[in-house]
Amino acid sequence: MPIELNEEMVRQRIARRIAREFHDGDVVNLGIGIPTLVSDYIPEDVRVIFQTENGAVGAGRAPDKPDLRFIGAGGRPLTILPGGCFVASDLSFGLIRGGHVDATVLGALQVSQEGDLANWMVPGKIVPGMGGAMDLVVGARRVIIATTHTTKKGEAKILRKCTLPLTAKGVVKLIVTEFAVFSIEKGQMKLLEIAPEVTLEDIKAMTDADFTVVDPLITMQGTEEEKA
Amino acid sequence: MAKKVIKPVLSAAEAVKCIKPGMSVIIGGFNYGGIPYTLVDALVESGVGELTLIANDTAYEDVGHGKLVANGQVKKVVASHVGLNKKTGQFYMEGKLELELCPQGTFVERIRAGGFGLGGILTPTGVGTVVEEGKQVLEIDGKKYLLELPLRANVALIRAYQADRMGNLTYFGTNRNFNPIMATAADYVVAEVDSVLEVGELDPNEIVTPGILIDALVVKGDNYYANRT
Repeated sequence: MPIELNEEMVRQRIARRIAREFHDGDVVNLGIGIPTLVSDYIPEDVRVIFQTENGAVGAGRAPDKPDLRFIGAGGRPLTILPGGCFVASDLSFGLIRGGHVDATVLGALQVSQEGDLANWMVPGKIVPGMGGAMDLVVGARRVIIATTHTTKKGEAKILRKCTLPLTAKGVVKLIVTEFAVFSIEKGQMKLLEIAPEVTLEDIKAMTDADFTVVDPLITMQGTEEEKA
Repeated sequence: MAKKVIKPVLSAAEAVKCIKPGMSVIIGGFNYGGIPYTLVDALVESGVGELTLIANDTAYEDVGHGKLVANGQVKKVVASHVGLNKKTGQFYMEGKLELELCPQGTFVERIRAGGFGLGGILTPTGVGTVVEEGKQVLEIDGKKYLLELPLRANVALIRAYQADRMGNLTYFGTNRNFNPIMATAADYVVAEVDSVLEVGELDPNEIVTPGILIDALVVKGDNYYANRT
């Protein structure tokens, strides 16, 4: 069975792997939680332009001295980089829905093998609202999911069909967990990479979905950089 | 009715007197940014109730227009996200508050439609989800869209950076967010600003909202967040 990775290792591993997905010039929107960490691992020779729903284009790291006039979508202070700008919400979502955002990285409650995503509500619980998530997954050219492989109780999050209310149907292109990387193309899920401490059998046991396995299956990229 | 060319600069308490019980109020802001804190505090102080609140989120229960919800002044909320204000969820679950959740990009387009004279907008956002329920689905060039209807309010309370006496407005940082769009979608629009300049002192190239949309101006007060945004 998989070894115990601590929570912080899990978050950093997923973020580090996703950071390898971007190309120079990509416009990227990061959700809250693990996705926010992705910006820490962008390679130096790749310039990614981070966009936030509340209207920053070209956002940089949190400043030393927070200024609430410059915040990200999660309310955290940010800086605006040279060449960045501010737009109003209509243009911000025009950029998102209009296909001008190359990728969005979001968390998930459940993902289906056909790329359906559920990440905004659990029936019976207080509903926080979808915010910008439904627009992001419909509009961004590539939807990348950053999620733990299973729930804290060990239940599969990658499923044949989502049981929770959907955020959108058939939108997810890549799933990165602490143990595996899957692509979804034309409704078909494929295992691309596997973490060093697990076997294909372990992945099958943790994943309640049908998938093919790429040949050759490689070790999850970035795990070699992890420090013990 | 034509708006005045030179806008009155009012106290927040005077400005919110236009808001009567049962009215709809559209309020700018996203999380902490771009909320007209001084106006909202005056509205809380007034105690006017039965309001329909149209805002991206309901802030926090002790911050900005979140206080309107916590204070029981709101009967209906139209928003994209209410998770940061515990009272919104609690009152909704208790049946004390009507809640209409709307994807954020749809929310802003509905307000734009309301302010721009459009009968609605078509968006792919929400197709195949609960957001689709009860809505007309149109297929255009083989792709499905939801028909989403316009949103307008009796009064808009917005936040800008600088104004001139004609009500022309500029914005600062991520405080901009929904404010310029909301300025178009209400019968009476009040803008809270850092400062009011004389006519001609703002560069026409930097003005985002033309003063013809604005009814009254209020200079921000010394509320903790008004000071920091």
